[in-house]
Amino acid sequence: MLNLLWTIPVFPFLGFLILLFFGERLPRKILALVGAGSVGVSAAVTSLVAYAFITNPPEGHAFHQVLWTWISVGDFHPQIAFYLDALALVMAGVVTGVGFLIHVYSIEYMGTDKDFARFFACMNLFVFAMLVLVLADNLLLLYIGWEGVGLCSYLLIGFWYREPANCTAAQKAFIVTRVGDTVMAIGFFLLVVQLGTLDVQGLMERAQSEWGPASGMATLAALLLLGGAVGKSGQLPLQTWLPDAMAGPTPVSALIHAATMVTAGVYLIARTHVLFELSSTAMMAVAVVGCLTLLLAGFSALVQTDIKRVLAYSTISQIGYMFLALGVGAWSAAMFHFMTHAFFKALLFLAAGGVIHALHDEQNMFKMGGLWKQLPVVFWTFLIGSAALAGIPLIDAGFYSKDAILWAAYSSEHGSFLLWLGAWIGAIMTSIYTFRMVFISFFGEAKNHVHHKPGLTILIPLIILAALSLVAGFIELPHNMGHIQMFSHFMGTAFESAGEHAQTMAEPGGEAMFQILAGVGSLAGVLIAWWFFLKNPASADSLASTPTGSRLHHFWKSGWGFDAFYDKVFVQPFRWISEVNKADIVDGFYSAIAGATQLTHSVLSLTQTGRVRWYAAWVTVGSVMILGALLFK
Amino acid sequence: MTVLPVNGGLVLAAGLFAIGLLGVLVRRNLLYTLMCVEIMMNAAGLAFVVAGAKWGQPDGQVFFIFILTVAAAEVAVGLALVNQIYRRFHTLDNDSTSSMRG
Repeated sequence: MLNLLWTIPVFPFLGFLILLFFGERLPRKILALVGAGSVGVSAAVTSLVAYAFITNPPEGHAFHQVLWTWISVGDFHPQIAFYLDALALVMAGVVTGVGFLIHVYSIEYMGTDKDFARFFACMNLFVFAMLVLVLADNLLLLYIGWEGVGLCSYLLIGFWYREPANCTAAQKAFIVTRVGDTVMAIGFFLLVVQLGTLDVQGLMERAQSEWGPASGMATLAALLLLGGAVGKSGQLPLQTWLPDAMAGPTPVSALIHAATMVTAGVYLIARTHVLFELSSTAMMAVAVVGCLTLLLAGFSALVQTDIKRVLAYSTISQIGYMFLALGVGAWSAAMFHFMTHAFFKALLFLAAGGVIHALHDEQNMFKMGGLWKQLPVVFWTFLIGSAALAGIPLIDAGFYSKDAILWAAYSSEHGSFLLWLGAWIGAIMTSIYTFRMVFISFFGEAKNHVHHKPGLTILIPLIILAALSLVAGFIELPHNMGHIQMFSHFMGTAFESAGEHAQTMAEPGGEAMFQILAGVGSLAGVLIAWWFFLKNPASADSLASTPTGSRLHHFWKSGWGFDAFYDKVFVQPFRWISEVNKADIVDGFYSAIAGATQLTHSVLSLTQTGRVRWYAAWVTVGSVMILGALLFK
Repeated sequence: MTVLPVNGGLVLAAGLFAIGLLGVLVRRNLLYTLMCVEIMMNAAGLAFVVAGAKWGQPDGQVFFIFILTVAAAEVAVGLALVNQIYRRFHTLDNDSTSSMRG
């Protein structure tokens, strides 16, 4: 059964080809069937493979399938090969499973769009690229998937390309992530030059044997890979593209910019975790990047008015948690949060999409209000997603996964009190902005009329995702409540070399206090949000209208001024240079060569008079000069 | 047989060559140009003979006979060309026979 592995990415690719070549001619029903069906088949195959993998684990808890040798140059033989371990399986399961639900949802959501076929073609291509990324056996194949998801992200952010703002957002996403990709490519070059292979497993072994702990080269390589990861995952300092990426259709935001693609950075670090463990500096950098990002994005999310932008900032912040977990060596906690986050964030985006759809593309939360009566299913599912995002204690998946990260941030050997404090404040912020969003959009007075209610193909994915957001947490419970470790045991097979420090360092009793703190923090956040945005909205407004308040409000709303800063530091100087260099200095060099050639030509052509006597005279002069040179040298 | 004075012979040959060359460069009539080329060839022939006499070798004179033969052929071809040029341009002035536009 494991041999079916290679078919998992193939189905979405076939779907993409069919939609690409026959998309214009086929009726919509068939398009929907192909678009969503291909991912559905892929999800089914993934569950078959997962079943085989879990019931009958292959040797070494990893399955390796070589299709063919891709390039063969000297000692360098990258293969088209897939590698399945617990990590890749969880990623592939989420990509195909959540991806399938989002495809089903899109059938109705995009139903009236005239570029229906193009939408599904891009979505299928995206799922294919993402699967190549997570199943790749070597970094070169991974890079193909990596760039493929970048391309699809660009295509889908700019899906409604007649709006210039969407195209700008698409270009921004492409260019900003390209900065990270370049850094990562340099990292790959370094790895291949130093260690002579791009095969992930071989690479990790050689890194361990040749570099050893705390070597400068390992730090450098890990930091370069981190550069690629922060670009793709929207972390500091390359996070600016993600809020603007919300210009795409909402299912795209759900699939690409929340559930799957943006976690590619998390996956990359988890995949190369052996390399990161060699360097405590790199681990520290990952943790600090995550911690700063989650705080920064939390404050920005607090003041947004566009419901999708709130969710975008919350995505940045939640991926910050995953980075924090990676940075403190809690690998399986990071993947656990990745999985629950994929469920509840996809849910939140899809539910928000349901609202946006019902209100005729209204995204401003302050124009919603009172929706809980009009859209009950959407409201309840959105509430469940919000509870999971905010980490409301005990009932939902988000609490367990975030709690695991918070505990690891304090207790692991790479962790510290400061990291924990940052994450804890971030958790309170998360809860405040999440419930601010809930209270403003679903409670209060109705400010807008619901035009049409969402149908079953929108509601069913919502309900499934809501159920997953509730129960997915119960596969991994802290050891003082239930002590279920299915997930970390399973992930442990992929991270065997890496000991889970969080568990071994645990002091009895200490953990409970931190859990209570986390729970209280998240409930307090809900209370604060309730007070300021439902009970007493005037107090929030008056707070925001004080001079400092309004300045902070503006500063946070613009994402801590990063856009303005990058505009000043990179965009404006670049524009200035291109303004100055309108005539193109580099071109000047080449046209100077051409000009010199032309000048020489016109001088020399003066001698070509067609007069025999002059030719003879020149021959004479030349001969005399050569003879003279021979005689008097 | 008295030995030919080498220096004198070579000076004479050089003088003849220079006269011929000058003629080629300054005369515009193609017939004169042809005659001047003839003078230059004979100057070269003279130099061969002088050199052959200096080293007592017959090669110099053999070469001179070759040169005479070549000169005869050259005159035949050259006169034919002169004839053609005259037909085409109705002049033998070699400055006005240029058809280049540059």
